[in-house]
Amino acid sequence: MLEARSLECVRDDRLLFNDLSFSVAESEVLQIEGPNGSGKTSLLRIICGLRQAEAGQVLWQGESILSNREDYYASMVYIGHLPCIKGDLTVLENVRSLLDTRSLTLASAETEAALTKVGLASYEDVPGKALSSGQRRRILLAFIELSRAKLWILDEPLTALDVQGVALMESMIMEHKQAGGSVIFTTHHGMQLECEMSSVQLGRKARS
Amino acid sequence: MLTAYYHLLLRDLRLALRSRHELANPLIFFVLVVTLFPLAVTPTPEALQTMAPGVIWVSALLAVLLSLDRLFKLDYEDGSLDQLMLSPNPLMILVLAKVTAHWLLTGLPLVIIAPLLGMFMSLPADAVSVLIYSLLLGTPVLSLVGAIGVSLTVAVNRGGVLLSLIILPLYIPILIFGANAVDVASDGLPVTGQLLFLGAVLALALSLAPLATSVALRITASR
Repeated sequence: MLEARSLECVRDDRLLFNDLSFSVAESEVLQIEGPNGSGKTSLLRIICGLRQAEAGQVLWQGESILSNREDYYASMVYIGHLPCIKGDLTVLENVRSLLDTRSLTLASAETEAALTKVGLASYEDVPGKALSSGQRRRILLAFIELSRAKLWILDEPLTALDVQGVALMESMIMEHKQAGGSVIFTTHHGMQLECEMSSVQLGRKARS
Repeated sequence: MLTAYYHLLLRDLRLALRSRHELANPLIFFVLVVTLFPLAVTPTPEALQTMAPGVIWVSALLAVLLSLDRLFKLDYEDGSLDQLMLSPNPLMILVLAKVTAHWLLTGLPLVIIAPLLGMFMSLPADAVSVLIYSLLLGTPVLSLVGAIGVSLTVAVNRGGVLLSLIILPLYIPILIFGANAVDVASDGLPVTGQLLFLGAVLALALSLAPLATSVALRITASR
């Protein structure tokens, strides 16, 4: 589905990685591993097309993502370090406005079911600024769940989540994989997934 | 595509209405500068009338300039801008939605309050209506062109000075023709030429600025 071909990334005159190639097939879970500063976030942003690689290209269904943004973005969802949550909007409005960027208008029953699943059932009308940072991350989990994207790109998805939150994220990834979706993620927390997982190692000599 | 435009516009308006104090800032600045001016000079009706077009237009321009920073800053800081850039909809449509919201929240209030300030500066009735038209055509251009500058400087800490340096040269033609239209109208002369020029610039900015802004945003995000 997604293929990275000999990517190279330079940040502040430091070579983070070069000649990095890998691919992600349907129902595949890929972990990007590496110490702090090894370029995990940069790599994910390159895969999203937010950042330009110094060399190499990223292909989606065989076409470069940069010339095919519309199709690619309709089938992927990205969650970065930042919360993307507006303090002045309620939980429900936050989820809605995130889905609006993807032109998804969902039935309120479906949205409510997703919010219940991530443990925000009674928080629909609470403004974002009144939530804890873990609860804000849970809004993003609801967004991923509702996004109908085939490819999930998750940058440190376990940040600020409690034990139940981590378990929820793990089960969401498993379900997504079983439904034929793919996941690319980075994490420093132990994610225990009971499935096959491929990995890309950064910070040493890159291998696929 | 139109629904994406509409939803983002609504979201920005809703957000602004929930933090009203920030909403009033450009308007208060505009009113304060124009009302302080007569106190600092000899306030004879003739002198005020000569200065009025320039004073009102310069204040409106600065009020818009000061409010530009907010256009993308909050979305950049909380990561929403990344989500907008990852939208399957064309980025320029979303940019246009944000600029429309910005104009409705800053430009339009200035246009509405301007006749009051025009009369306050003893402009004749004809010149007041030309003032409204010129601001109505000119302030959207200020928002549209400003968005290009903001998208280039949003990642820079304290990019305010840089923003002014980039944007002000582009604002000058608008200022000259806008103020000149009001000036000429207060002498009772026809102003069709100036207004047509402002309209042409608005059409140009409306078609090109969102494109330039979306390219600039992609460059900003790629660093």
